[in-house]
Amino acid sequence: MSQQKLTAAFVHALGLTDDKVTDDLTYNTIPEWDSTAHMILIAELEDTFDIMLDTDDIIDMSSVAEAKRILAKYNVQF
Amino acid sequence: MSTSTKDIQACYQQQFDALLSQPVFGLDRAAKQRLLLPLLATLTELHQQRCAGFANILGSFSNESASTIDTLPFLAVRLFKLMELKSVANEDVFRLLQSSGTTGQTPARVTLDKATSQRQSKVLVAILQQVLGKQRLPMLIIDAPATVGRDAAFSARAAGIQGLAFFGRHHTYALNDDMTPNWSAISQFCAEHGSGPVLVFGFTFMVWQYWLDALAQKNQTLNLPHGVLLHSGGWKKLEHLKVDNTAFKRTIKDFTGITAVHNFYGMAEQVGSIFMECSHGYLHAPSFADVVARDPNTLRVTGFEQQGLLQVLSAVPTSYPGHSLLTEDLGVLHGEDDCACGWKGKYFSVSGRLPKVEVRGCSDTHE
Repeated sequence: MSQQKLTAAFVHALGLTDDKVTDDLTYNTIPEWDSTAHMILIAELEDTFDIMLDTDDIIDMSSVAEAKRILAKYNVQF
Repeated sequence: MSTSTKDIQACYQQQFDALLSQPVFGLDRAAKQRLLLPLLATLTELHQQRCAGFANILGSFSNESASTIDTLPFLAVRLFKLMELKSVANEDVFRLLQSSGTTGQTPARVTLDKATSQRQSKVLVAILQQVLGKQRLPMLIIDAPATVGRDAAFSARAAGIQGLAFFGRHHTYALNDDMTPNWSAISQFCAEHGSGPVLVFGFTFMVWQYWLDALAQKNQTLNLPHGVLLHSGGWKKLEHLKVDNTAFKRTIKDFTGITAVHNFYGMAEQVGSIFMECSHGYLHAPSFADVVARDPNTLRVTGFEQQGLLQVLSAVPTSYPGHSLLTEDLGVLHGEDDCACGWKGKYFSVSGRLPKVEVRGCSDTHE
């Protein structure tokens, strides 16, 4: 359930297709995930999971796998 | 025998991580000597190996290890306008940052790889957390959306806004693309978020000229009592208006209700390791950076309370040799480790830019 929501958030925020959203997808390695898109992604994740991410989270969120680790801190289970 | 590039990189990483674990405004002179000096010396060696231009310039310096931070070699910042200085291979170039070219000449070009770019963000976040905390606040940006639009050149102003955007949420641009105030966006922002903590960010000149002046002309005040204003970019464009830091802060308070105002000093050639204004109105060197003032004629280190040309040092850049730069800004160091605000490190103020020296050849002398 969380995985689907996470994938949907990435797809929506970055304008990707589902199959691109894998754990090893990394920030700044594709044109769609640059620093501007990163802020859109953060807002999308906050809305989707109803959480407030802090500045450390934003800096640390360098891949889909990292996003899961960070969301787990806010009790989102994968 | 020189150490291999890989060893230097590993050594740098270790020194940088050690610095990152320290309190940002808590390192005294002895701690900086122990943690920052060796890191900066490592960077000198690293850039000497990877950047031929830098190695050539340094060739004339003595290569003995520096015993204090002010004995490290430095480059004149304008060299980044005159030549390409980079320490990474072309295929590792991630972004080319262009300075706004405040002196009205060719913009500086700063070459970033991914590692340096990430480090810039990390260091900026660590420093800004000292005045903003970790929480992201509703953010009013005193600029126009077009400045950071996808079609905009990657200017230093855009880079500044993007770097600071990490600290905000509900980002609202206060200006229209023609630099007139977007009054409906401003009032909506104030209505929705004004009763709580908010972050306002803009370049000093933009804040004064396009926000405060517009409020004054319209005879309108805003109410952001828990707001924090961060601003940067220098006072040069406000000099003719006789606006100093005190007048700026008073006007901010009168028109917006904001009392927490922090100027910061930084440059496109050293993005990340900014110098932040403390609660007593002085700029402070964070753990990642240091500042030295030099006599503009002899380049000898000047004493406290004497005006000098500012040299800035940064632990951040590995993709270009910008870790020790002589700026064209004049400033005054007021002391070290003993500012009444409680922050350690050197504290200083910037007094202006070195008057422009023009090189004129025969063909330029015609009036």
